[in-house]
Amino acid sequence: MMESPESRNQLSPQLAMRVALLGGIALAIFGIIFFRLWFLQVLSGDQYLAEASSNRVRNVTIQAPRGELIDRNGTVLVENRNAVAVLVSPAALPEDEGTRERLITRLSRVLGRSTRPERCELGRRRFMRMPVECAIDSQAAVTPYADAIVEPDASRAAYSYLAERASEFPGVSIENAWLREYPLKSVGAHLFGTVGQIDEDGLRNPNYRGVRGGSIVGKNGLEFTYDKYLRGTNGAQRIEVDAQGRPKGRLTTVEPVKGSDVQLSIDARLQRVGQQALQTGIGLAQANGNPASGGAFVAMEPKTGEVLAMGSAPTFDPNDFTRPISQREYDRKYTAESANRPLFNRAISGGFAIGSTFKIVTAAAALADGQITETTPYNDTGSWVSGLQRRRNAGGAVFGTVTMERALAVSVDTYFYELGAKLNRDPARYPRGGALQDWARKFGFGAQTGIDVPNEYGGVVPDSRSADGLKAAERECRRVRRVDFCGKAYLEDTWTVGDNVSLAIGQGDFVGTPLQLATAYAALENGGTLVRPHIGVAAVGEDGRLQQRFTVDPIRRFEIPGLATIRQGLLDSTTQPDGTSTDVFEGFGKPVYGKTGTAQITNRPDQSWYVAYVPDERRPIVVAAVIEDGGFGAEAAAPAVRQILSQWFYGNPGQVRAGGSASY
Amino acid sequence: MSTTPIRRSVDQATRSSARPRLLFDPLMLVATFGLVIVSVLAIGGSTRTDIPGAPDFFAHRQIAYAVIGTVLMLVISRFDYSRLREFKIGIYGLMIALNILPLLLAAATRGARSWIELPFFRFQPSELGKVLLIVALAGFIVDRTRRLGERETTARLMLLALGPAALVMVQPDLGSASVYVVTALTMLFIAGSPGRHIAGLIGLFAVSLVLVLAVAPAVGVNVLKPYQVDRLTGFLSPNEDNNETTYQLNQSKIAIGSGEKTGRGLDRATQTGLNFLPEHHTDFIFSVVGERWGFAGAGLVLSLFALLIWRTLRLLTMAKNLFGTLIAAGILAMLMYQLLVNVGMTIGIMPITGVTLPLMSYGGASYLTTFIALGLLQSIHIQARIAQGSKGRGLVLS
Repeated sequence: MMESPESRNQLSPQLAMRVALLGGIALAIFGIIFFRLWFLQVLSGDQYLAEASSNRVRNVTIQAPRGELIDRNGTVLVENRNAVAVLVSPAALPEDEGTRERLITRLSRVLGRSTRPERCELGRRRFMRMPVECAIDSQAAVTPYADAIVEPDASRAAYSYLAERASEFPGVSIENAWLREYPLKSVGAHLFGTVGQIDEDGLRNPNYRGVRGGSIVGKNGLEFTYDKYLRGTNGAQRIEVDAQGRPKGRLTTVEPVKGSDVQLSIDARLQRVGQQALQTGIGLAQANGNPASGGAFVAMEPKTGEVLAMGSAPTFDPNDFTRPISQREYDRKYTAESANRPLFNRAISGGFAIGSTFKIVTAAAALADGQITETTPYNDTGSWVSGLQRRRNAGGAVFGTVTMERALAVSVDTYFYELGAKLNRDPARYPRGGALQDWARKFGFGAQTGIDVPNEYGGVVPDSRSADGLKAAERECRRVRRVDFCGKAYLEDTWTVGDNVSLAIGQGDFVGTPLQLATAYAALENGGTLVRPHIGVAAVGEDGRLQQRFTVDPIRRFEIPGLATIRQGLLDSTTQPDGTSTDVFEGFGKPVYGKTGTAQITNRPDQSWYVAYVPDERRPIVVAAVIEDGGFGAEAAAPAVRQILSQWFYGNPGQVRAGGSASY
Repeated sequence: MSTTPIRRSVDQATRSSARPRLLFDPLMLVATFGLVIVSVLAIGGSTRTDIPGAPDFFAHRQIAYAVIGTVLMLVISRFDYSRLREFKIGIYGLMIALNILPLLLAAATRGARSWIELPFFRFQPSELGKVLLIVALAGFIVDRTRRLGERETTARLMLLALGPAALVMVQPDLGSASVYVVTALTMLFIAGSPGRHIAGLIGLFAVSLVLVLAVAPAVGVNVLKPYQVDRLTGFLSPNEDNNETTYQLNQSKIAIGSGEKTGRGLDRATQTGLNFLPEHHTDFIFSVVGERWGFAGAGLVLSLFALLIWRTLRLLTMAKNLFGTLIAAGILAMLMYQLLVNVGMTIGIMPITGVTLPLMSYGGASYLTTFIALGLLQSIHIQARIAQGSKGRGLVLS
């Protein structure tokens, strides 16, 4: 045996002590670990077990398809299409700026989007961002806790690429989604509105009661009004996932419930023809050398207020908005001066002077006020003088002695100037005006009709108080813009008889909408009921079963003095040889009660107006139309209305007949 | 070198003993193979889905490492470890060279990593370095036995360990570096260095730890990378925020806690099965055991370790020479420290340092190193038995 110097047989006491100490330390360590394990596994085991369970289970929302919008005959106007959306969870993106940017660049390429920074509006500030980045940031600004939809309709190639490389795209997910589709394209575009993720403000809006953050809701138009019925109930899936969030198995599923369909009073064919008729009217106006480019029409069932068709020109294709649109394309199509505000619904939001179509109100007001009777004769000399003012009939026409019926039929301005002057009241004693203003309000002007499409404009019935309001606005405008004149009002002016005379023929500061006009004439047709226009008729279940009929009460009922005479005057205007629109409705085959209107606006061509009703037993209808900058009422708007009426009664728009009447 | 003398001595001893005696330590073997079996089962279960199409990839490799390791252990146990003292300088040099290698490679590839990519596995020199340092240091200490009381001796010996520890630290492998230091400290303690030297060194390390973690960042000097500081201090505030460090700690605690008394079984072990716990087959293998087999399983593993530690502790007093005692002390410190740090990390009482659990964690380098250490322990045991046997006979003869 080799004996080394350090060999020993005996343990030194020091070594024994130190080995014992080492053993003691080891024992203590084992003790600590055992106690800790006891604490974790035996004492708090159930708590950790619960945490482990919540770890592996994700609740995934299954978006419910929205209900469809269908017209009165069952034609689908707005439907759903299944798509795959690409979402980005901003919080899950890489924190490092460079990595994040590389990821977004790569994602943009996969989605076929530009990687060049473009103008991006976040709140009120503008930045330069890649389009995808802009979508993330702007959605994060309004809905901070929801995933941002960067591509609502990904191509198959794009989403399979992303699905296979989920780990290379942290924070990016794909999801089945429903997209709105508009098979009629631009027809009815202004009615439906858009859908989108609910935002912070929306969560506080009572219209969206019960909606969870991140859900898709109707943002405007009918989608907004009837969201409660359309939205359905989202389903949920409890899915077992791994740490990367990849689904590993399904635990339970609550199927989504599709929203109810909403039946509209719209007639799709009439809607289409109405839209074309606006183009016809615009074309006729342009042929006459008027720079017309826009217009609007409303066709309504006069007894119920059901809107049969309603359109605005220029229009747009709502399918454009189901996909992300580049700022450049959006600017070109929708905000450029030459585009002429295609998203603006002129039928309910456009305020215009309505010209001679207002004369029925003047007639009713004068009769009610006892200024004249239906048979009181008036001698028209072609012009009307009051103080220093001298006003002429359009085209310098002279009609001789007329009564109310003929004054409406041939639209004698002087007759109504006279009434306007007689109906004027001292502004000091009657700040809200006299009988003329009262009756304008009775016919529904100056207030919203309450139609079920949001963003309706109420218009203005001018009186001395509204004139004061305009002056205040003018003063404020001058102060803010530091200019001498804003064009809203002359400060030195006070309410004069001239203002009332202008109002008597629907001019001056009067502002109404095509919808208000149709509603007012509907009251003539139905004999004194101011209906509340509406488009939604009923909520219908998937099986076609009626779930709820939307009942709408009229705004008011009132006696219209001289109703028979006014009606006769309107009928004369389309039938008498010198009626203002007789040539337009020649050979129509049904009695048309119509009125032309030509509204003059300073520094602009005239607005062409026409409104008519046909009191059919089964299919009564009232139609109002305006062609902006379209010239005389009979030239552009009246032919458009004839096309709409022709479609309604004969199933085709018929031929185009432009009227030659140069009357207001 | 020739191995004949040792060989003969073993043969003589076995042949000449009165009755056939077990020269190796059977209890230590029981602990060893018990842990190997648990390790393979745990790895096999938790990595079924890690590599698509190869559910048993890690388990098969771990078995291969175990077989190679066992052979290595048996071979080493047949040699007299005492001869290694002669080669202490060579062993120390080899250890330094091995630890410099990854630094050179890192410089060449411009990336920091502590392993060397070999065709069949990733070789971590710092792992093998642990055993080499123990053997070499034992040799150096034995040489200076008579001057152990001197401060210079303590300082010199400690520097022998601190040098390679610094190399390992910049690889970067903070965990292994700390193993080097703790091992050396324990060996000095057992060798008989004055208590005040040991206490001084411990105090020194405590002060430098405070300096590195708290004072240096405060004055703007970052000795450690931010993530390293995070990992070292993360366990102190597990609920603070959801960064990667606290994520791992919390997921590990959830895994172990959810195992409760008897475990969730293979199919219901969602923490590891669904990948919530990363590194579950390497650093967090103990969490796998805790989740799958519960307190019972974790207790079994700890008991096997306790058995191993006890048998090693016993060798400290049994060894035929100080060299053996010191090697056993070093290996004991290595095993105990890694157990404490690794298991402590998984149960949330120790920082994350990337220290593996001996015989349990997946990995060739760690496995082979441990088996080499166990081979040395068996060799110490066998040599002690032989020495006892010859002395016993001598006593009878005289």
